[in-house]
Amino acid sequence: MKRRYFIALLVAGSAAGGVARLEAATTREVEVIAEKFDYTPDMIKAKVGQPLTFVLTSVDRIHGFKMPDFGVRTDIVPGVDTRVTITPTKVGKFAYFCDVFCGDGHEEMAGTLVVEA
Amino acid sequence: MKQTDRRDFLKLAGMAGVTFTAGLFPGREAAAQAGGDFHFVQFSDTHWGYKGAANPDAEHTLEKAIVTVNGLAKQPDFIVFTGDLTHTTDDPKERRNRMKRVKEIIGELKVKDVRFMPGEHDASLDKGEAYKEIFGDTHYTFDHKGVHFIALDNVSDPGAKLGDEQLAWLAADLKKHKPDDRIVVLTHRPLFDLQPSWDWATADGAKAIDLLMPYQNVVVFYGHIHQENNHMTGHIAHHAAKSLVFPQATPGPDAPPRRPPPPPYDASQKNLGTRDISMAKAVTFVELPVTKA
Ligand SMILES: [Cu+2]
Repeated sequence: MKRRYFIALLVAGSAAGGVARLEAATTREVEVIAEKFDYTPDMIKAKVGQPLTFVLTSVDRIHGFKMPDFGVRTDIVPGVDTRVTITPTKVGKFAYFCDVFCGDGHEEMAGTLVVEA
Repeated sequence: MKQTDRRDFLKLAGMAGVTFTAGLFPGREAAAQAGGDFHFVQFSDTHWGYKGAANPDAEHTLEKAIVTVNGLAKQPDFIVFTGDLTHTTDDPKERRNRMKRVKEIIGELKVKDVRFMPGEHDASLDKGEAYKEIFGDTHYTFDHKGVHFIALDNVSDPGAKLGDEQLAWLAADLKKHKPDDRIVVLTHRPLFDLQPSWDWATADGAKAIDLLMPYQNVVVFYGHIHQENNHMTGHIAHHAAKSLVFPQATPGPDAPPRRPPPPPYDASQKNLGTRDISMAKAVTFVELPVTKA
């Protein structure tokens, strides 16, 4: 609800702004489910300058979510929606991975954020 | 690291007061005769209990390495294991069985003074509970012939932290030492950000490095990354050891964002092994193969 209100305000405030400007300022949300030993999805696309919010949930146990290139990390606790927002500033492939040791397969628990222009 | 790079690195380290040279056995024996000098052997990442294609010989690799070390003409004063003694398992009973079994195998070493440290595979699922039952403290100090050894635990916290309590303990221990005392830090994970996107770091490792910085003669030996790696943070040298299970991908600025799987098994096992470290006027070390050629 809050988000929709925000976008409406933005549209009203930038009558000549056009779609590009709206898109640049809108935060996109992507749901990511953590489960031993994967993230779903394990590949996410993003655009330079567009804020992206990961909505993180876990179905089995505490996992971590870390993106060193963006200076963010959080625990993902079952039963809680955990939100992390980043704004990519450059094109490239960046890892997100579990940094809470969770068992045999923990090392492979990772995904890739693909940032395009 | 190519041989020439390595020499440059060794020279660089030498400027800090602790000299690293690509040590050879004859050099070490000469140094040992001077008195007070000694050597110790580092084992790392044995991953007892691992079953998989990356090392179909995983059940025997440790035993072979023990035979090799037992065959050294001059036996080391002591032996250290820098973590991941066992491969992780969700079953607490099996975890203890693996630990007991690996301890039994390690008992075949001629040298009976053996110092253990946990890795995340040993300690991260139960905060070190089973490890402490079977191997004892996860962090401690000891002194040997004028060298102060500090074993740090960056794995019992599943978030790869030393934690404030241990950092305070480290600070208090260091206060008892003079700036030019010789200090060897033993730990599992790199204390510095080696390859953060592969989780090759310690969350609060920089705090430990800050505490060590005032000391002129500090060397860190660690494991976790299953390959040799030499790195300087200021004047402090960090050396990663090979494993006894399988090698890992090589870190670096051109490495992919996600860590690739281990390379295919190499039956020569030349990318596995232990390390013989000599402490004389200089710190030197030489890689020992799993099986003597
Ligand atoms: Cu996990």
